Amino acid sequence: MSQRIPIIKIGENLIVTFISDIDDLTALRLQKELTEKIHEENRSGMNVSGVLIDLTILDIVDSFLGRLISNIAQSATTMNANTVVVGIRPAIAITLVELGLELKGAYTALNVEHGIEILNDLKA
Amino acid sequence: MSGLEKVEELLRNKEKDILESWIKAQLENISTMRRDLISNTDLRAESINFLREFTIAIKLGVTDDVTGPEYDKIREFLINISRSRALLGFTPSETATFVFSLKESILPYIQEEYKGDVDELLRVINGVSNLLDKLGLLSFEEYSKGREEVIKEQIESLIELSLPVMKLWDDILAVPIIGVLDSKRAKIITENLLNMIVEFGAKYAIIDITGVPMIDSQVANHLFKTIQAVRLLGADAVITGIRPDVAQTLVELGIDLGEVVTSAVLAGGLEHVFKKLGYTIEIKR
Repeated sequence: MSQRIPIIKIGENLIVTFISDIDDLTALRLQKELTEKIHEENRSGMNVSGVLIDLTILDIVDSFLGRLISNIAQSATTMNANTVVVGIRPAIAITLVELGLELKGAYTALNVEHGIEILNDLKA
Repeated sequence: MSGLEKVEELLRNKEKDILESWIKAQLENISTMRRDLISNTDLRAESINFLREFTIAIKLGVTDDVTGPEYDKIREFLINISRSRALLGFTPSETATFVFSLKESILPYIQEEYKGDVDELLRVINGVSNLLDKLGLLSFEEYSKGREEVIKEQIESLIELSLPVMKLWDDILAVPIIGVLDSKRAKIITENLLNMIVEFGAKYAIIDITGVPMIDSQVANHLFKTIQAVRLLGADAVITGIRPDVAQTLVELGIDLGEVVTSAVLAGGLEHVFKKLGYTIEIKR
């Protein structure tokens, strides 16, 4: 039984909020759906310029999830959308660094507000 | 049974006399009595309790092994006394003397009791001495454990104390690192810094390494990891306080600080951050 994470579109940005106990299947499905959504929007003439990934309530991260977040960011970048990851907790940040995952290609911000600011600045 | 039941009876009957002579002996022994550390009432209370426990223990009669469960009570009592004395600042010999000095106060009474029977006297003295020696050693051991705990606590508080993270300006935190940066301290610094960034919503952290005596590839690696973690949170870090010899070492070791902004002095780092945040410094005359 895998859950679904909604992909919310606000303006030219897509926002996804990770749930605290996200499992591998849900995360994989999210990656697939997110890239499809960007593609779909672009095809129908709507531009997606930014993807915001909110990890505020994520409690724990393992190597799989860490790499997946990195992959989501990179695939969004290759589809010409900036990715900003927000709300990483100190413990998660330390784990990601220990795992050697720098989230290359993604911007980071302390909270959703800063994240949206960054996306808007990048678009301008 | 051991035949020490008679001694138990003796101790019980003469409890008052033994206690008085023991406490008197302890108070008179200036070299091991620390009036500045323990009050007469406390000493009296401890002595009463110990003698009582000892009387119970002697009845058990097993004098060469005090690790059994039947000795739990007196062991626990001694552990408490030894640890509290370690914390109060008694020396090990002062602590152990508390136990050993009881021997001298008991022996005259035993001698009196067994006047006619030399064999029995020797046997009883041997038993009593044995038990007291074991208990003395136990107090010694527990004293060391108490001391070790004190040292451990001090080390930990020293680590904590020496790693402040302070708010320098709106959105700017400063972390002066003083002393050797090992992996344990690096971890604490990183955790403190990240928590403060979240708490203050800071955008920049200035890590000052003026007080770090030596930088090698391992220390540089710790710094890198800290900076990476800071970046993941959406903030950025600047390293300041790079001394000439440190700069040379870094170059010689082939350590490339890459994109990390560095500066020789804290002021340089602050200026860079001010610029990034759009502040200008104006001097009014």
